[in-house]
Amino acid sequence: MRMSSREPEFEVAVSMVVNGEPVSCRVSARQHLADFLREELSLTGTHLGCEHGVCGACAVRVDGQVVRGCLMLAAQVHGCQVETIEGLSDAGVLADLQEEFLRRNAAQCGFCTAGMLLTSHELIEQGRCVSRSDIREVLSGNLCRCTGYQAIVDAVEAAMTKKVGS
Amino acid sequence: MTTVVSTAGFPVSRVIGERIPRHEAKRILRGRGRYIGDIVLPRMLHMAFVRSPYAHARILSIDTTLARACPNVVAVFDGKDLAAICSPVIGVSANREGHKSAPQDALAIDCVFWQGQPVLAIVAASRAEAEDAAQEVLIEWEELPAVVDARQALEDAEPIHSCLSDNLAFEHLVESGEPDAAFSEAAVVVEREFFFGRQSGLTLEPRGLIADWDDARESLVVYHSHQSPFQMQDIFSRHLGIPEHRVRVIAPDVGGGFGMKLNVYAEELAVAAASRLLSRPVKFCADRLESFVSDTHARDHWVKARIAVRGDGRISAMEIDDVAAVGAFGMPMRFNIAEGMMAINWCGAPYHVENYRGRTRSVYVNKNLIGMYRGVGIPIAAAVTELLTDLAAKKLDMDPVEFKRLNYRALDSMPCTLPSGLPMDGCSFHACLDRLMQAMDYDALRKEQAELRRRGIYRGIGIATFVEPSAYGPPYYGPTDARISVQDGCTIRLDPSGVFRCITSITDQGQGTLIGINQIVAETIGVPVTHVEMVSGDSGASPYGGGAWASRGMAVGGEAALKAARDMKANILKLAAAITQAAIDDLDIVDGNVVSRQSGDSVITLAEVGRIGYFRQDTLPEGCRFELSVTCSHVAHHQPYYTGNGVQGVYLEVDQETGFIKLLGVWAIDDCGRVINPLMVDEQVRGGIVQGIGGALYEECVYDQNGNFTNATLADYLVPMAGEMPDIHVGHIETPEHSTELGAKGVGEAGTIGALGVIWVGVNDAVAPLGVQLRQQPFTPERVLDAIRDAQAAAVGGVASQACPQWHAATAEQA
Repeated sequence: MRMSSREPEFEVAVSMVVNGEPVSCRVSARQHLADFLREELSLTGTHLGCEHGVCGACAVRVDGQVVRGCLMLAAQVHGCQVETIEGLSDAGVLADLQEEFLRRNAAQCGFCTAGMLLTSHELIEQGRCVSRSDIREVLSGNLCRCTGYQAIVDAVEAAMTKKVGS
Repeated sequence: MTTVVSTAGFPVSRVIGERIPRHEAKRILRGRGRYIGDIVLPRMLHMAFVRSPYAHARILSIDTTLARACPNVVAVFDGKDLAAICSPVIGVSANREGHKSAPQDALAIDCVFWQGQPVLAIVAASRAEAEDAAQEVLIEWEELPAVVDARQALEDAEPIHSCLSDNLAFEHLVESGEPDAAFSEAAVVVEREFFFGRQSGLTLEPRGLIADWDDARESLVVYHSHQSPFQMQDIFSRHLGIPEHRVRVIAPDVGGGFGMKLNVYAEELAVAAASRLLSRPVKFCADRLESFVSDTHARDHWVKARIAVRGDGRISAMEIDDVAAVGAFGMPMRFNIAEGMMAINWCGAPYHVENYRGRTRSVYVNKNLIGMYRGVGIPIAAAVTELLTDLAAKKLDMDPVEFKRLNYRALDSMPCTLPSGLPMDGCSFHACLDRLMQAMDYDALRKEQAELRRRGIYRGIGIATFVEPSAYGPPYYGPTDARISVQDGCTIRLDPSGVFRCITSITDQGQGTLIGINQIVAETIGVPVTHVEMVSGDSGASPYGGGAWASRGMAVGGEAALKAARDMKANILKLAAAITQAAIDDLDIVDGNVVSRQSGDSVITLAEVGRIGYFRQDTLPEGCRFELSVTCSHVAHHQPYYTGNGVQGVYLEVDQETGFIKLLGVWAIDDCGRVINPLMVDEQVRGGIVQGIGGALYEECVYDQNGNFTNATLADYLVPMAGEMPDIHVGHIETPEHSTELGAKGVGEAGTIGALGVIWVGVNDAVAPLGVQLRQQPFTPERVLDAIRDAQAAAVGGVASQACPQWHAATAEQA
């Protein structure tokens, strides 16, 4: 990407913390957050499945809340804490869920997986056990084309029980 | 891992048949996958396409002046630019007389034939800049009449390609016995018309590739989100005129394939051609919107079919007439006739049908191309068969399950020849059905269904049988003259520290094939699965093979791995015997050690064998010859395929107020021969069923009469999401494939093949008391309500709603 060739008025200066590390740079005003993370910071664990907010593959955490990276501009995260699948994995935050996903083969092609993990982790962090149909409801904004969802629901249920108790 | 006791009395490790998770998943779960979009090469450029906004139009002029002046645009190519170095593809099968297709160039020249066909390729420093420039292109079009309906295309429409005499791509007939006589003598005849909606394979990761032409070495490396790197090596070589050994195709992590990423796409040739012209890496990753209009579609069939049954409940004849709208061109390598051929070849397959007639016609229309997609045309065959048998049983006042038991082909009657002339073997229909009845508690569900019906609640039970011909072999593809490898290979190498690399030509898009092969290799040699590292997906590094298609991974690739592992073990034991001066017959490998068969004691470690084999040959007796890398392959020489089978069941409720269909339970009993890893197999079945449910309830590419694809976004094209999907019970019957040592058959398509029919039968069972039958999938709430309303209107002597008479004619009829 040749940032230098762009007209200056189309760029915005941003500062943020990404996976615990401070980032300050100029971003194209039109660049969405997922493209910014992937192309400028090489954080390619965040995937793009539709770029119109339907599939959930681009989920990232901004100030603790799971958002769609394709529906937010990089310029909007100025001053924010951004966490991606890479950072949350390295920090061990998702370890229980990842273990349950692995055991049940809840990730096949793996393209939806980061979004599934972040979304289900947010649910588990609420600190209460919910029914399988509630888990399905929470995950219903994340498209998985491979598994048929059951293994994912099983994994989330198991991790939730472990965290919260039955 | 389980431990069993060997005949010699000491423990050996058994890992085949165990639920072992995939090693690769650990990486993917931590966001460390490496998909095509993640790969960046030095000096890499990005491509965007200008696509046709029309279904059929002539290009009068193209002005790219403004586009070329956009920032960081490196090149703009039109069809003629690329045709100078890239020959067109023509998807015609050599052994199918009369099969015809117009040639398809990498980019359209003069005329476009479907909305979304690529016309210009723009190469820029970034994808965003290439897209900016694409918007500045000026094209003057002359819109031409679009042909979108297959039957109209056959009857009175002009040929969409002037080089072809008509729009009929291919016609094929099969006939056996005397169907006309059987129909005239039948006690019961049921005839129905069915419409199968057009679907998109819709992998979550869209298609993509990076082509990297090296002018100095005159070689092409392509990183490709594709199921068959070998097929694409051949395609790039032949169409770009590059010697095959100078083309290498590498498939990185692939975010879903489902057959859609097996096809040959003209625009992917455009990427390679552009790289060659520019001598720089060029990347193209489809975005979701262009995926809809350019990823191959599937289905889009009209079927008229009938069944004849004798008074004793035995089927005497079936007939199917199939018309498929296959899009604007023939699909290279894989052809556009496969769906129709599968539909008529496998219709009625689970049942004794002596008298049979099938006809299929593949027809060109101004829509996106039809290509491979999970199940190909077999879901159509299975759905038609099960819908007709269900209706026939009910007309005879027989329970559908009783009807199936009476008419199924028995396992001991196989191998048998189907009316289409195809062989079928090893299918356990009766055993699967019996197991399904227990699993779903069929009798209790029927009782509950009857009770609820009295209270105005409409529940349906569907049972559907299917056959999954998998791992297609030489008799099928050979005569087509397509350069498709039906054999697969496996290389196993002992590394000096006593561990192994296994390089397979099979590719894995998440199915779990690699862990299955890993298990086979580990158990056969006698080492833990963690001592074997799997390598796949590189046409330049692995033995040649087919990759992933027709559910061949375990059945073909597993058998090749079994042979290679056996040879590897023999070679290691030979070397170990030479080192230790032991008798080779007294040695075995258990848990990573060479042991004495008699005592079970460790004789030498594999690490020591490796050290001496690679670094201390000086210590070995003179003339000691051994190989520590082994390559074997497998091909099913005389078999067209291995036949898996199964029976699925569904319990569902149709809300007659809203038209919504709620799935209350889904069961599948599958027989894919020997199960290598039940965890992977179960998830293949579940995932396959959910894709089939998608086709049954939600997914449809809706084209208007001008050939505009009207719902080509993920917000408008509905797919199964977690909230609507049920838990799915999966069980197994294992009838091993007798012609191979491993005994595995394919399973990747089983779920999808059965699911469409089982939902359809279940929905019709639910609404039958309302006098309604659904004839067109997907069964959207609107279609369900329209069908109910029409039946009600007809019942009170009224006429069907006038709002859309054609629609009603197609969807509702008296049960």
